[in-house]
Amino acid sequence: MLSLLVFLPLVVAAVLVAAPVSAGVARWVFVAATAAEVVLAAALWAQYDAPASGALAFEEQVEWIPEIGVSYHLGLDGLSLPLVVMTTVVFAACAVFALGDEHRPRLQAALFLALETTCLGVFAAADLVLFFVFFDLSIVGMYLSVNGWGHGDRRRSALVFFLYTFLGSLALLLGFVGLYVAADPHTFDMVALAADPPLQGSGPAGAAVLGAVLLGLAVKTPVVPFHTWLPPAHTDAPAIGSAVLAGVLLKLGTYGFVRIGMPMLPEAWRAWAVTLVVVGLVSVLWGALVALAQTDLKRMIAYTSVNHMGYVVLAVGAAGVIGSGDDAARSTAVSGAVTQMVSHGLLTGALFLLAGVVWRRTESYDLTHYGGLSGRAPVFAALFTVAALGSLGLPGLSGFVAELQVFVGSIAVLPVTAVGLLGILLMTAVLLRTVQQLLTGPVGPLSQDFADARPHEWAPVATLLVLSVVLGLAPQPLLDVVGPAADALTDLVAR
Amino acid sequence: MSGTVLLPSVVALPAVTGLVLLLLGPLAPRVGRLAGAAATVVLAGSAALATVAGLRGSSAAVPFLLGADLSVAATGVGGLLLPVVLGVAALVQLAALGAARTREPRFVGLMLLFSAAAALTVAATNLPTLLLGWELMGAASYALIGYDRREERAVASGTTAFLTTRAADLGLYVAVAAALAGSGPAGLDLAALADVAPGWRDAVAAGILVAALGKAAQLPFSFWLSRAMDGPSPVSALLHSAAMVALGGYLLVVAAPLLAATGWADHAAAWLGVATAVALGGVAVVQTDLKQLLAASTASQMGFVVLAAGVGATSAGAAHLVGHAAVKALLFLAAGAWLEALGSKDLGRIAGAARRWPAVGAAAVAALLSLAGLPPLTLWATKDAVLAEALEASPALYAAGLVAAGLSAAYAAVALVALLRRSGGSDAGSRHLPLVVPVALAPLAVGAVGLGFLTLPAVMAMLPGPTAVTPHVWELVLSAGVALLGVAVVVRGGLRVPARVRDWLRGWMGLEGAAHRWVVSPVLALAEAAARVDDRVLARTVDAAARSTTGAAARAREGDRALSNLVDQTAAAVRRAGLAVRRSSRSGQLHHYYLQLVVGVLVVVVAWSVVGLLGSQG
Repeated sequence: MLSLLVFLPLVVAAVLVAAPVSAGVARWVFVAATAAEVVLAAALWAQYDAPASGALAFEEQVEWIPEIGVSYHLGLDGLSLPLVVMTTVVFAACAVFALGDEHRPRLQAALFLALETTCLGVFAAADLVLFFVFFDLSIVGMYLSVNGWGHGDRRRSALVFFLYTFLGSLALLLGFVGLYVAADPHTFDMVALAADPPLQGSGPAGAAVLGAVLLGLAVKTPVVPFHTWLPPAHTDAPAIGSAVLAGVLLKLGTYGFVRIGMPMLPEAWRAWAVTLVVVGLVSVLWGALVALAQTDLKRMIAYTSVNHMGYVVLAVGAAGVIGSGDDAARSTAVSGAVTQMVSHGLLTGALFLLAGVVWRRTESYDLTHYGGLSGRAPVFAALFTVAALGSLGLPGLSGFVAELQVFVGSIAVLPVTAVGLLGILLMTAVLLRTVQQLLTGPVGPLSQDFADARPHEWAPVATLLVLSVVLGLAPQPLLDVVGPAADALTDLVAR
Repeated sequence: MSGTVLLPSVVALPAVTGLVLLLLGPLAPRVGRLAGAAATVVLAGSAALATVAGLRGSSAAVPFLLGADLSVAATGVGGLLLPVVLGVAALVQLAALGAARTREPRFVGLMLLFSAAAALTVAATNLPTLLLGWELMGAASYALIGYDRREERAVASGTTAFLTTRAADLGLYVAVAAALAGSGPAGLDLAALADVAPGWRDAVAAGILVAALGKAAQLPFSFWLSRAMDGPSPVSALLHSAAMVALGGYLLVVAAPLLAATGWADHAAAWLGVATAVALGGVAVVQTDLKQLLAASTASQMGFVVLAAGVGATSAGAAHLVGHAAVKALLFLAAGAWLEALGSKDLGRIAGAARRWPAVGAAAVAALLSLAGLPPLTLWATKDAVLAEALEASPALYAAGLVAAGLSAAYAAVALVALLRRSGGSDAGSRHLPLVVPVALAPLAVGAVGLGFLTLPAVMAMLPGPTAVTPHVWELVLSAGVALLGVAVVVRGGLRVPARVRDWLRGWMGLEGAAHRWVVSPVLALAEAAARVDDRVLARTVDAAARSTTGAAARAREGDRALSNLVDQTAAAVRRAGLAVRRSSRSGQLHHYYLQLVVGVLVVVVAWSVVGLLGSQG
């Protein structure tokens, strides 16, 4: 079932490439396939029983290269299942939004379906080689999306993205090799590596291996100062490319923290923990500050992602600070990090699709040329306002549930992390200012003939936002899934 | 209605109706015309249910987050305030029917959401639930103040209000974290805050103090309240009376045991409260705009509530909150109606309004006399109940409170004198005062005049909190004398204040300007600087590499031969790699191959970039 979930999009993608169906058919096949994925993911959620600590649900394992301990090994737990569900939802929203795309829709559908397989593959992988293959293929897929369907200086942005994140992934690979070499017996199996972490007591060697892993993940997440590929990639990416890039691909980095770094290198993680807290705080504040100075809608949203991912890094760092605070606080921080990954996927996905609505009409992201859209395009304005409120962490939406947990956990461990709360205030300023520039005041030159969002545009955005509100008001189902996994991870880090 | 759904429906009814109106309003214009009436009925029904819930002491809870429930109860001060909040909201909504703009479904929907959030805040029994209602109320106030979205000034005022109060709200985040760290999920209970472990408890108290001072528009946050006057008048009437600002005072009253437990937060609250009561009283006296006068008065009156919380006068503080809600809702609604009818809120231009519309005028005069603290009206009694406890705590606090009381009388008299003037006045507006306004004002006037009974010892004993101190007779007489003195000074021509001081006070002591100069501008400058560093320093390295790579890629494309060579070489490399995999996997040395591969790729990429960089510069 899990393999079906992962590979169904790839199969459909192959069919779309091979069969010269019409653009209209291809668009709807895209929607149908991603909708089927949502159904499959929901079915997994319904059947999910929390596995024992360190074990996986829906496990599948087939020998692949037994000589070096590589197997086709998939499975899910409370850390990955929510991300899998979120991924299918974001892709489905993108598929509906893409009903309005005119440029080579068949190939775009095929590309995004293949991309969905790679993203789901990363979250489901229980083998480092498999993880790495999916991880790198996702970079290739996103490169092709920006390069082939982007706008503006798309070739250069795509290349910056590719060069940067691919180099990052090589650092990651280096770390994986280090784990393999140190493991006894040598293995790439993630369950085995987490159960018996190989570099315990090795001091600098473990710290170096984790350093390589962290570098690779830091680029992908991205954290300051490795984030400069993100704004151009977003600015020039197509709307659904941005939504997937921010909504899903960034999570491949943060997911690596909780899936690889913390359980497989616990001792080294604790050594790096304070550094991570600092890097997280810097990302929170720097991302928000730079976002405040942007006049380009998409660059602004891109920098909010740097801020939001900073909360995740802060939380996973705090979870490694042993000695002060209790396990419950560190587990709360981890739970906040995972919640933030899900929440950010929904909210930033919505914001980038709304940016796509803007681009389709005016081909400009220049905030200073808009204004007064609330009168011209009330549906767009309402959705944008809700997405902005979610993104600034207003209670009642998912971002609040995430950020409150992150700060509650972090402050209990390291009270000084309360400084990061300023990030919430700065984000409020950023998003209120954007709402003000875009939606209110006199009608700007680019707002003149701005048509309101059409059904295939507002429906996917509204769906993402409704899910965010549901998570914001009734987070318990999600927390019930994440909680045990966060507790288990907290114990693993303390080893 | 069964007990478990009774209290949740008090919040859910306005919330759901509000959402429906917001969603359906644009789609179904027919629904739109009924929106205001429906909202009034819903709020009145909700207030009635809240009363029943309060009598029964209902409560309800569902799991929420951090191990705490989304939990509400109609008990204690909250149980007393819940029907007041919703009842005032219903009357405000009724009066809002009088103007076309405030009958629009979007406006009505937002008012309902705001009321629901306020109700949730009052009913909350733990910090996470309170925070949910608290911040949603702030967001709704943002949308309501900036309701006229074409007006840049109004929108900016909404932003100012939201940003200022949210800055203070961060205190609640700290409080949640500290309470949880100090005593686990049980520590999040509002009733258990005083029992949090010392150290963490100080952080909880500091956080709650800051958050409440921000919402209650106490010093130094008061300026957002002045800007909030740019919203429609019904918004002011609700924001300033029973919700939002009042709930800042409410939170401190509820947290009074916590403040006392720290040994410092209670003094801080008492002195900040009385300082605000005096300073904003001074601001109110010199205003020339009725709404600005009332706004400054709100901050000043809330100062008495914060003072009450600081000296542990829970029941007196609650009584003052309720009395003030009636007085201030009435006055803002009257001011709004006159603004519509006369096209101005300038005290000079609305002169004589109370004579021209006697029904509304009588109600407003009664409320102003109550605000002035004249016996036996509501605010005279409730304020004296607060001051009696302040005297127990410290004679200095009591003296400062008396000064504030004198200023209250003075600014109330300023408004009275203008409204009762025989001549003058403007004719710019509609010159029509809708019938719903006096209808809505009548019950509020009863409250403004007669709620003093709340401070009778027998009644005070039934209010939540420790046994109240009853004021001595000399205190009651003294405060009445101070009030009369304040009124007399104004009626006889007013105080002579140096022009500079007057202008400074009229501009709300330059608080907003200071916030801009010392906070907003530096942050914006810092943001610009950070963005420059981001673009010019951090991104430059990557840019150079990317440029050189594109250059190299372009050159590679130029030659077919180069490309085919590359393909050939790649194929050869793959073949070699395949052999190597087979060899090393046999020998178990595959990681060596991986290392070689990684190093090899790194070398190629770096070399390529360097060559390209040199080439592009040459």
